[in-house]
This record gives sequence, C-alpha cells and structure tokens, in this order.
Amino acid sequence: MWQPSDSITIPLGDWVQVFVRGWLVPNFRDFFRTIQWPVDQTLAGLDGVLNAMPMLAFAVILSAIAWGTAGRGLAVFTFIALTALDMIGVWSQTMTTLAMILTAVVFCALVGVPLGIAAARSDRFAAVLRPILDIMQTIPPFVYLVPIVMLFGVGMTPGIIATIIFALPPIVRLTNLGLRSVPENLVEAAYAFGATRSQVLWDVQIPLALRTIMAGLNQTLMLALSMAVIAALIGAGGLGLTVYTGLGRLDVGTATEGGIGIVLLAIILDRITQALGEEGRVRRSPSLLETLKGFIRPGGTRTGDDDLRRPAR
Amino acid sequence: MSEKLVAERLVKVFGDDPDRAVRLLEDGKSKADILTATGMTVGVSGVDFSVREGEIFVVMGLSGSGKSTLIRMINRLIEPSSGNIIIDGDSITDADEDALRTFRRDKLAMVFQHFALFPHRSVRENVEFGLKTRGVEPGKRRVRALEMLDQVGLGAWAEAAPSALSGGMQQRVGLARALAVDPEILLMDEPFSALDPLIRADMQGELVALQDKLKKTIVFITHDLNEALILGDRIAIMEEGHFVQVGTAEQIVSEPASDYVAAFTQDIDRGRVFTAGSVMVPPEALDLATDTSQTALERMERLGRDALYVQQDGRIAGAVRYRDLAAAARGNGADLRAQIITDYPTTAPDTHLYRMFRLCASGLPVAVLDRDGRLAGVVEPESVFNQLAARADAGAATADTRLQA
Repeated sequence: MWQPSDSITIPLGDWVQVFVRGWLVPNFRDFFRTIQWPVDQTLAGLDGVLNAMPMLAFAVILSAIAWGTAGRGLAVFTFIALTALDMIGVWSQTMTTLAMILTAVVFCALVGVPLGIAAARSDRFAAVLRPILDIMQTIPPFVYLVPIVMLFGVGMTPGIIATIIFALPPIVRLTNLGLRSVPENLVEAAYAFGATRSQVLWDVQIPLALRTIMAGLNQTLMLALSMAVIAALIGAGGLGLTVYTGLGRLDVGTATEGGIGIVLLAIILDRITQALGEEGRVRRSPSLLETLKGFIRPGGTRTGDDDLRRPAR
Repeated sequence: MSEKLVAERLVKVFGDDPDRAVRLLEDGKSKADILTATGMTVGVSGVDFSVREGEIFVVMGLSGSGKSTLIRMINRLIEPSSGNIIIDGDSITDADEDALRTFRRDKLAMVFQHFALFPHRSVRENVEFGLKTRGVEPGKRRVRALEMLDQVGLGAWAEAAPSALSGGMQQRVGLARALAVDPEILLMDEPFSALDPLIRADMQGELVALQDKLKKTIVFITHDLNEALILGDRIAIMEEGHFVQVGTAEQIVSEPASDYVAAFTQDIDRGRVFTAGSVMVPPEALDLATDTSQTALERMERLGRDALYVQQDGRIAGAVRYRDLAAAARGNGADLRAQIITDYPTTAPDTHLYRMFRLCASGLPVAVLDRDGRLAGVVEPESVFNQLAARADAGAATADTRLQA
C-alpha cells in the first residue's frame, strides 16, 4: 500500500549533516573554541586545587562545610564516605569529577540565573525560553554529543559543555518561578516607597526567591552528576570514565567502584545544597561555629539570645 | 488650608483599549454598558477630589467600588487611563520615571491592608526601607527607625522578625515604616481592616492621636462606615467607580445624597458622628445684673424650658431650675441668686454625643463652652436623644413630624 514516503522523503539527516558539517563547523569552530576558554580555565583551576590538596585536608574541609550547613550527621557521613572512596582507590577520579561538576554548576548559575530573572520580568521572553528549555530537557544527550565533539573537540571541556546544556534548565525555571512567586504586595510596597527596579530585585525579589533558586541549583547539580558517565563518552575523565571503562570491558567491579563514587558524591552535594536552600529556617542542630565555641567554653550553654538578636535575613 | 492633593477626572479602565472606553465614558455611557459593548472593566470612572493640607480624607466603599484602584493611582502603582493627579501644584501623572520615583520617595508613603512587611528583614530594617531607597546612610536610618518604632510603642521589637508580631503590631510597623520617611501625604489602604475589632478601635484612636501631633495629609481607604465617620475630616462615599457623596461625617449622616448612602448610614452609631454643636440651642441665659426671680420664671415659661443658665459679667454664674424658683416664690423670698446651682454640666462644641450621656443625667441642660470658656449654647438632654433616634433618611425636622404621626 502506498504511503507518503513512497513519493516524498525528507532527508532531515542529510540537511542537518550539511548544516553542521558544511556550515556551522567551518565557520564557527574558532568561535566555539574561544567560548570554551573560560570553562577550560575554571576547570583547570578547580581540578588543580582539588587534586593537589591532601586527601585528609579536603575531607576535613568538606565535612566542616557539611556541618556548617546541614549539621553534624551529614558531617560524619561526609567524612566516612570520602575516606571510603579513598580506600576504594578512586580518590583522584572523585576529585576530577567534583571539579567538572562544580565547573558545570558555576556556569549554569552564571547563565541560568540571569536568564531566569529575564524570564520573570518579561512574559514574552519566558514564552520564547520555555520551548527551548523543554527541548534541552527532553532531547537525549547522545544527540548533541556529536556536534559538540565537532565544535569543541574531545576532552574534559566538551564534556562539561554537554553537562551544562543538560543541567541548565532547572535553575532557569526555578529562578523564574521563585521570582514570580514573590508576593505581589511586597513588590508593590517596595515600589510605593520609591525603590528602583534593581532595588526591588536585589532587596526584595531575590532574597525572597532564594529558597526556590537554591532548589534549582540543587536540581542542576544533581543533573550534572548524572551526566558524569555520558560526558566520559566524549573524553571527560573522572568517575564517569571509571564506569565507562568498566562497561567497555564488562568489568562489573570497576564499574561499581565508579558508580559508588558518583552516588556518595551525589548524596553529600545534595544534602549540602538542600540545607543551603533551607537556611534561615530553624536549624535542627547547632552550627559548626557554635559547636566549636562550646569546646573552648565549657559549660557555656547557648541562651538562645543570639537567635533573637540575629536579624532575619 | 491649601489644597495639597488634587485629582481631576481620574479614570481607570482595565482592558485592551482603555482610550476607547474613556471616550465612551465621556459620552455618558455607564460601567455596565461599556462592559457589554467592549468587554473592558471600568475600575474608576471619572473621580474628582481635592485634599487639603493636614486633612484626613476618607474614601469609603464596598469591595469592587474601585477604592483600592483609586488610591493606587495617586502614587501610580496603577497607571490612570486618563485624568490628572496634582500634588503641590505639580502633576504626578505627567512625571517621568525618575520624577515619579522622587514623588514616591519624598512626598508619599503608603500603608497596606495586609501590612506588606518584608519577611526576610527585621522590624527595624522594614522601617528603614524607605530611607534605604533614598540612599540614607545606615547609621542615620537606624536612628530614625528606632525613633519611629518608639513612637508606635515597638522599640523593644526592633530586631524581631515581622512574623513574630501580632497583626496589630505588624500594622504599627507598617505605619512606622511609612512615617519614617516623613511623608507629606500618607496613603492608607484599608490599614485596619485585617485587624480584630478591639485592636482596630485601638489603632484608630492611635491614628487620631498621631495625627494631632503630625498633621499629615492622609488619604484613607475603608469599607467600614463607622471607621470613616470616626477618622474622616471629610468622607467620600464611592460606588461603582465614582463618588456619590463627599462631605463631613455629619453631612453624610444627616443629609445622605442617595438611597445608597442612606442605606449605609442607617445602622451607624450616630452618637459618634454628631457633636454637642449639632444639637445645641441658643443659651437664652439670664443676667444676674438685670434679671430677677420673676423675670426668670417668665422667660422659662415663654421658652418652655425647665432650667436656664445665669451669667454675670459674661461668665456663667450657675443654673436655675423652674421648680426651685417657683417653690421659692411661693415661700418667703424670691432671690434669684439664692437658687443658683453651681454644680452644672459643661462640655465643648466638638464633644461627641456618646460622651454626653452622663452629663445629661444631671437633669440640667448641658452648658456648651467655647474655647474661651464662654457659654456658646446649651444642650437639652432630650435633644441628644432626639438626634440619636432620628432616622437617617429624614432630616432635622424628624422629631416634629413623628410627633404628629
């Protein structure tokens, strides 16, 4: 029976091929090489610092951060998890992955928050942005790995670019949502007292949207971690590469080592960023500083006065 | 007193093509006609008013009458579709963005129905907000904020979070925030509506006390006629986007302009609207130098009064009662001076009737003294009750017509 493809076929693949290989790559390769420069630099810096740092020093620092934000429980967990990763033998891969993830998240925030602010301010811009974000979230990453390799080559940085594309949407969406859900009467009050648009944004809207924006950052971070293995396909290193290598050799042991690393890293980073988003609410356990103060000032119990005096920010 | 704030033919239309609706309004079409013809909603349809310096101008209307839209057009939180707002002779409607901001920073401050305090800032920081937008340095604005908080009795709560405060306290913070910028005009959008009745009465009293000190020009929105009558130097009744009556509390209650207004005023507490001045009659006082017991009795009979005040050299000497004089006349002597009662009730012309009940209980007419302590008139106890009992839709003549009926 006749079907449309008997008469007309759409050579979509050829078109795209011609568009990307025939036009985009020759004309814009240098341009794309240039825009990857800041990503390169950030990654190199972070990777250098993290890998140069003694394992114990880093474990202590990250545990301290966990304590300061989420409390004692997570601090203990962080220390044990990092020690375990070191003992498993994936420490340097873990640091590389962490450097990649952080780089990707930094650029997602740098690009995503302003986009979210713009979307919150202009309905038209939001309407244009939405389908683009939808596409970014639904298109399988494998589809854009090829053009990325063509434009950026292989290696860590292209892997991070792919990660940024994959992880960007949540922070844009949640920044937009957060700003739009700031109560209208507060924005109105700020304008009534003669605030400028930027005063309203920085003094009222962003502080009140911060919880939502932090939730977006948390989502972005988690998505970035989940790209670790896919990014390894185009030459990114770290835990993703360990998993990918294990997969290639059908080596369950190696794959598991890498996988456990990703999961533990994910748990630590997720809890820390979630706690950041909840900052300003009631803390469940005393902060690190207060605990340390308690060590040097025996018997000095907190009166609760500090909390009252502390201006709510 | 000069005109501080003038609104000329203010119109607000919510819809795609406000100009078209404005033209229809000018052709005399009603709000409902425009809605059916164009699908656009007329919020405010051509309101004119002026507020004098130091005056509390109350706009009273039910929800949907356009009063919140109206007050927001004064500082252009809502852009008027047409019309003009003039403050101190300068048009705020023509102002560009910078000039508008200057107006908002220097002349206008607003208090909101649901307080609109910033939850992420301390009470003090909230009060500082207006000063911060002006760029006042932190040290100075802190001092000013604490001063304002003391004024509203919340000095101890400066570093608390707004959510730790009760509704009434939160609105005091809202008031302090507005007063901190020392505005010339205070816009108050149903500031007490969200409060419990007792707290509301408290806040009304405090506003009156503050206003006595500060003498701000205030535009006050409310849906509560009693509140309007208590606070307003002048009151505008708003219905369907326009003013149906503007006047003092007494004018609104004694001469309602329409059935709509009359329906409102029917159940209000007239004792809090009318003052001694509205029910006092000429004193017809006796003079100790010329009158005798005999002439006093004659005058009381002629006027039909039970008691009269006696003056000496333009001052009140006391009151005399008909029955005392008559009893004295039957007995031995008839000296007017001997019958004077020196324990008599006095009040001021602006005393509200509800404060006079106790005075009326003395049985003597209440002496109304002007600012210099001179007898301006007297209030017969029954006239107080006549005024309280008068129906809103009748006028001053009610008492007589009712007697005939």
